[in-house]
Amino acid sequence: MSKRENTSKDSLGPSEAPSELLRELVAHLRQNRTQLREEWVVRITETRLLTAMTKEEIFAEATSVYDSYVEALETEAFEALQAYARNLSERIIPRGVETHEVVGIVLLLRDVLARSLFAKYQTDFKKLNRILDAYEPAANRIANTVAVGFVQERERVIRQQQEAIRELSTPVLQVRERLLILPIIGVIDPQRARQLTEQLLRGIRTNRAKVVVIDITGVAAMDVTVANHLVQTVEASRLLGATVIVTGLSPEIAQTLVTIGVDLGKMNTVGDLQGGIEQAERLLGYKVVTLAEPR
Amino acid sequence: MEVPILKQGEVLIATFQAALSDADLNLLRMGLVQQVVKFRSRAVIVDVTAMDVMDSFASRTLREIAHMIRLRGAETVIVGIQPEVAFAMVQLGLTLEGVATALDLEEGLAYLIQKFKNID
Repeated sequence: MSKRENTSKDSLGPSEAPSELLRELVAHLRQNRTQLREEWVVRITETRLLTAMTKEEIFAEATSVYDSYVEALETEAFEALQAYARNLSERIIPRGVETHEVVGIVLLLRDVLARSLFAKYQTDFKKLNRILDAYEPAANRIANTVAVGFVQERERVIRQQQEAIRELSTPVLQVRERLLILPIIGVIDPQRARQLTEQLLRGIRTNRAKVVVIDITGVAAMDVTVANHLVQTVEASRLLGATVIVTGLSPEIAQTLVTIGVDLGKMNTVGDLQGGIEQAERLLGYKVVTLAEPR
Repeated sequence: MEVPILKQGEVLIATFQAALSDADLNLLRMGLVQQVVKFRSRAVIVDVTAMDVMDSFASRTLREIAHMIRLRGAETVIVGIQPEVAFAMVQLGLTLEGVATALDLEEGLAYLIQKFKNID
């Protein structure tokens, strides 16, 4: 029930309870559904919102949003509304709809419905005030709930994408017996560095690798924390009996490693990936021989 | 807790159990060196596959064992460090520097055979 106290002090005529007022205005909004919804869609188009959607799509969504809005006013079931908002967001975010558009259309609906209440109760100012006392908190709560639901959905999508990127970008590849390659591309944060190390160590054990080439050509920069992680990865790999060759160090990263005082005698580095693989093959006792001219 | 030490030709193989106390480690240190002397072994493989944690005392003991055995002219290889243990160790700065390591018993033996072949 509406928690606002009835603030009108005059006692002219019986004061309806807020719940009764709410029922009355919900009935009005339902009765005039078609016309109010149409008015709302016109306002949406005028304000140039939801430009990513077609008129038919806007109309379809508007219908379900309108009905959910009125239902939320009636039942005050805001959790259900939030679930609806997240569901709606899941549908329209891939269409390119932005947060300001969603908040915008909900506020427009609030305004359209408020105006219709002004029109209906314009002859009874006191009643209009009481009706608005019931309407406004609920309407504001709805706007809030929808906006929060939308943002939560966006954040969920972002987290999902981040996770997918993390998984995609740390493959441990076996290119020869006992030889693994770990090409690292992009930005490494401490969490990703940790994941890389764990994945590599498991890969060394599973593939019984004796040499690992970690290529960081695709890594632009590395802070001191991550550089330390790299050194630890090399040391941990050695504990599992594998030699690590690091290739593709950019000048910036080389500078970082020198700055943190990495004993470069302990770190096996080669200029590029090709050189790294060639050295790994030598370590493993492979020899590459050309048998014939390439066809 | 007794640590089983097996002889495989010129190589001694000591298999660590899961939970070794500091006292066990101390006994082992002396015991292994004595065995190396007794059998005139050329190498010792310490298999730590069953260890799920490695603290700084255990790590230091392993290094000391390796140094003492080297003074007898023999090589030590630590095998079977688990990925999670290796990760934890390097984060604590326990790198077992100067001690040879291999993935498991098979790799450890292969390493030693290669090494002896090169020496002889």
